Amino acid sequence: MANHQTVDFEKNVSRALNDAQLRKNFKFAMGNFVVRRKTIFSDAVETEKLRATGNAIKQRALRKLPELLEQLEKKCAQNGIRVHWAETTDEANQQVLKIMQDHDATRMVKGKSMVSEEMHLNKFLQAHGIEALESDLGEFIVQLNNETPSHIIVPAIHKNKDQIAQIFHEKLPDTPYTEDVQELNAIARKTLRQKFYEADVGLSGVNFAVAETGTLFLVENEGNGRMCTTVPPVHIALMGLEKVVEKLADIPPMMRLLIGSATGQLITTYMNMITSPRKDGEKDGPQEVHLIILDNGRSKIYTDDQRRQTLQCIRCGTCLNHCPVYTRIGGHAYGFIYPGPIGKILNPQVEGLESAGFLATASSLCNACEEVCPVKIPIPELLRRIRNESYANGAANTMDGRGYKRNWLEVMAWKAWSFANTHARVNAAGLKILRRLRLKPPRVGPVKNWTQYRTAPEFARQSLHELVKQNGVDHE
Amino acid sequence: MSEPSRDRIFARLKSAAATAAAPAAQPEPLPTVEYSHREKIEKLKTLMEAMRTEVHITSEQAWLGRLQDILKQRNIKDLLYGPRTPIGAALQQKWQNAADSLPELVPYEVEIEEIKERVFKVDAGITSTMGGIADTGALILWSSKEEPRLMSLVPPVHIAILRADKIYNSLAEVMQKENWAAQMPTNAFLISGPSKTADIELVLAFGVHGPKELIVLVIDD
Repeated sequence: MANHQTVDFEKNVSRALNDAQLRKNFKFAMGNFVVRRKTIFSDAVETEKLRATGNAIKQRALRKLPELLEQLEKKCAQNGIRVHWAETTDEANQQVLKIMQDHDATRMVKGKSMVSEEMHLNKFLQAHGIEALESDLGEFIVQLNNETPSHIIVPAIHKNKDQIAQIFHEKLPDTPYTEDVQELNAIARKTLRQKFYEADVGLSGVNFAVAETGTLFLVENEGNGRMCTTVPPVHIALMGLEKVVEKLADIPPMMRLLIGSATGQLITTYMNMITSPRKDGEKDGPQEVHLIILDNGRSKIYTDDQRRQTLQCIRCGTCLNHCPVYTRIGGHAYGFIYPGPIGKILNPQVEGLESAGFLATASSLCNACEEVCPVKIPIPELLRRIRNESYANGAANTMDGRGYKRNWLEVMAWKAWSFANTHARVNAAGLKILRRLRLKPPRVGPVKNWTQYRTAPEFARQSLHELVKQNGVDHE
Repeated sequence: MSEPSRDRIFARLKSAAATAAAPAAQPEPLPTVEYSHREKIEKLKTLMEAMRTEVHITSEQAWLGRLQDILKQRNIKDLLYGPRTPIGAALQQKWQNAADSLPELVPYEVEIEEIKERVFKVDAGITSTMGGIADTGALILWSSKEEPRLMSLVPPVHIAILRADKIYNSLAEVMQKENWAAQMPTNAFLISGPSKTADIELVLAFGVHGPKELIVLVIDD
């Protein structure tokens, strides 16, 4: 599962913090998103009700998950959509490749899909001689520059228009340098039109899959998603297995939450509902539609009641926008496909604590993410769970790599701490010694991680106990 | 193809589902707002205009004339249409009897493979709609044999005909009233404006992949 190099997080963070342009780009964009969300969800009481509804719909869907997935599979088959199950990203990649090869296909156009990023699909297909071209404008920019998305909704938000102008000028043939945003869009339109026209296969993600009807829902503003799912003769849709909801009636509230949280809009330009391939007599649309349902660790997360809440996520990205850490370091510093608060709880559970557990430490537990989450995922609670599991290895611990940080020094230190604080005399004697010596936590050893960025506390001359004994308590 | 994977995934999910905790709260439906006929039109118009859609309120008598003005203003040379629809019949009749020179009518009645180049070159496309949605401002379109999917996507200008009595209060209402669950078409979609993006510095730009212009003729008799 871990096709991942180790991430030097500290280095990434300090590099990001020292990049003035990057910080400016994120500060501007995230501030903007926060205001937009506030404007669309202006009525606090209504918003709370709506979030409760979103939470209930996703919890109900998760409770019935196996049943709903079977229903979705059956409905899709009846409608003519071919369903494939992939346990790992490798398997999903192979399935995409097989479909391409069955059609002698060499050109793919892609709509936005975070699951395809999770699979590192573009790289995989490229190695097999297939061009997989991103068509969402942000993804297109990121791909031209050989990068990964830095945000779930606006993938190229780390770049400003001057940087994008330079990328277009360098990477696209016969493109003059222009910083005019309208002109940059026109360049992308012209380049990608031709690609839509020529493509053998179109690939997309899925925002929601409705079990009741077997319908795939996709929202977007650009129209590239509709292009990818309508023009090429074959359409492949990728979804994580948590994307299924029970009924069509679940869609209006979920869409309101997703769209409002993601971009602050009332509705996107397009809401695309795909139920079958081209039927007899119909003039366009793909002749084949494939749905690849990816597990990649999700079914393991599902087996633990608390961790299961991670799977409520609808990938709106609003936790990123509201995170004080994300806003300052941007998406790339985390080193994983899913950045920000949701990434901090998702990646460690998928990739294992040893390679991704550190992400859970990059949080001040300020709770902003939980307060805005449209489906009320208790992100801070899950962050604490990950932190705990990094040290604990008991029966209740279920994460891969649990207890990887456990060490004797720390275990002993906490045992001593616990002993001292449950035995009054030991506590009093200990404090007296510490006060005499005026000791401060040292800037070395395991404590250094904490002390080097913080002012070390100093022991007071007298403890609160002593002061109370001496002066009594002043009842006002 | 990958049955063992499927089995392993379901085995894990089912083992956990059996031990799942008590049922959670029941989702509450969205609050419903009932607009009057006039309010529905106004709401849809205001919201769609804010997304840079051009909305004209017209009548059964006047819409073809209005359409001709719109086509003329924009100097549109050819118009993609579905000949086997009521709109198609009306267009054909009007075009036959017209004195002025009008844009060429391009019928979409063969499979895309035979007409792809033409569809990708045409100036504008005209379609009917299944209805509209007042509370968010959007058009409802269902693909059909008579009006294929690309008509509203590929041409730079999309003209849509909307009957005012088919504007619903909300998406939830139309899904329920028209029993969508029992009859989802190959492709249904909502359109709330011309194609747009804000991927560069959050600057809003129109016409990135889909139509650059969306023109709605609301027929209110």
